[in-house]
Amino acid sequence: MELIMIIVIGILFMAATYLILSRSILKIILGTGLLSHGAHLLILTMGGLGGISPPVIADGVTNYADPLPQALILTAIVISFGVTAFILVLAYRTYAEHQTDNMNLMRGNDEHD
Amino acid sequence: MINLPLFPILLPFLFAIILLFFKENIRVQRALTAIGLVVSLVAALFLVAKVKTDGIQALTLGSWPAPFGISMVSDMFSAVLVTTTIILTLCVVIYSFTAIGKERERYFYYPAILFMITGVNGAFTTGDIFNMFVFFEVLLIASYVLIVLGGEKKQLRESIKYVLVNVISSALFVITVAFLYSVIGTLNMADISVKIAEIGQPGIITVIAILMLVVFGVKGSIFPLYFWLPGSYAAPPIPVLALFGALLTKVGVYAIMRTYTLFFVHDIGFTHEILSVLAILTIIAGCIGALAYFDLKQIIIYNIVIAVGVILFGAAQMNEAGLTGAIFYLIHDMLIKGALFLLIGIIIYVTGTSNLRKMGGLMKTHAPLGWFYIIAAFGLAGIPPLSGFIGKMLIVQGAFEAGHVWGSIILLLSSLVVLLSVIRIFVYAFWGEPVELPKTTHRPYRNMMIPAVALVVLSVLYGVGTEWLMPYMTDASNVLLQPSIYIDAVLKE
Repeated sequence: MELIMIIVIGILFMAATYLILSRSILKIILGTGLLSHGAHLLILTMGGLGGISPPVIADGVTNYADPLPQALILTAIVISFGVTAFILVLAYRTYAEHQTDNMNLMRGNDEHD
Repeated sequence: MINLPLFPILLPFLFAIILLFFKENIRVQRALTAIGLVVSLVAALFLVAKVKTDGIQALTLGSWPAPFGISMVSDMFSAVLVTTTIILTLCVVIYSFTAIGKERERYFYYPAILFMITGVNGAFTTGDIFNMFVFFEVLLIASYVLIVLGGEKKQLRESIKYVLVNVISSALFVITVAFLYSVIGTLNMADISVKIAEIGQPGIITVIAILMLVVFGVKGSIFPLYFWLPGSYAAPPIPVLALFGALLTKVGVYAIMRTYTLFFVHDIGFTHEILSVLAILTIIAGCIGALAYFDLKQIIIYNIVIAVGVILFGAAQMNEAGLTGAIFYLIHDMLIKGALFLLIGIIIYVTGTSNLRKMGGLMKTHAPLGWFYIIAAFGLAGIPPLSGFIGKMLIVQGAFEAGHVWGSIILLLSSLVVLLSVIRIFVYAFWGEPVELPKTTHRPYRNMMIPAVALVVLSVLYGVGTEWLMPYMTDASNVLLQPSIYIDAVLKE
């Protein structure tokens, strides 16, 4: 199970890198989304996949899953959700202002000498 | 157990929430922001006094014992950083009253600043590596708002790059924490330090150390990773730039110093050697940038990069002189960068341009501005009685003790470059034939001078009062030198 997860995560990171290196803002944003999904799955896998054991310690339970990675993922998901929403709005405003979504046309520092 | 470490985090947060209800009433917003920051400052000063007398203050949320609950830890290092942060923000906020403009004030400028301070102080105080990520996000999201506020064409263009770079580095942070968790099995920073000491830092931990350097290096702008900084920081208006330049990179620097003195101390020959080489390269890259531009903002922005290099070079030495010097220089740099940005903000306001070639002769019309600027410039370069000197001297002393002779020589030469770059501003802007200035009223100029002068005076006092501040700084560096002090305070509650 861990092996499958690791391969999935690797594919996610690969796709994310490819998308982030592209020129269109929308593709880059999709890339960051995939990147954070990969990171979340990585936390889950790194905490050890629990199988059927419960994530609690109670009397008589000796085999339990680590609940902490799930708490961490929850936090990370909420943060990446909020940030993605923000970038989408930002990208829309940038598009409206600059009339382009091509990062090559947004190279900076034209005001400096 | 007392809740004092939480006050500098919660008070700005509380005031920010209250401010959200007064969107249209700018007068109330200004007053409440100033009051909130003053109250937080008082709490922070109490915190410093408390840490000085009673040692490290550790607090576990929900009273869960340390490795399980989330801990907030205030040692002297974080306490002085929190205090400096609030002082600086107070000055920038007072400056913003006249400089930022009504339009931005109405769109949640002050709440965004206070939320950012919540994140900065939280990142300085937290004793839990995942919570450090959360506080990083708090400050980053507030900084996204600040950098894009106003929605000018240039701001939008630069902020999308800033946001993307930070989102990617945040994802990398999560990945690094996941790796660390899988190897060590704990998130509490004191506990991580204990567990790494037990297994003696095998290769995988060193890999994680380098990953952390990459993550925090992006935020703190070290050598190959500072590429985003000059463009992004030039976009927002001066008060925001002052806050970013003085605070945000320093959070990254703080995180590197904390992890590299608490976690990764068993393979210094590799990790800290890389850190010092990168620090030296950062200094060189910053120097090249500072000399290359004829733009006020860009010159001072590249000086941020140089300062990051100097601080990290001191921290990489891992001996008492080097670390004390690094902490001394860190605080100095926060104050002096704030002061310089506010002063060049006034120059830009008075002349109406940030291009050095279009200025001249300000000394005849705005003499006080010139004198305070030259004091701040000398302070930045480290002319002896002023504040940059003592930190740099200790860093060089530490580097010689650790045998990094070439690094220290480059560091000392960089002081000359820094001096040249800021004096060039002085020569071009203040000497020579006066150019025709756009019509500006005198009142905003005077109002903007007050916080800028306050910061310059503070930095001078910081340099002159080294004798009184030294005990605090050695307290701070002792915690970094001996992780056992930190660990005992957190785990044996």
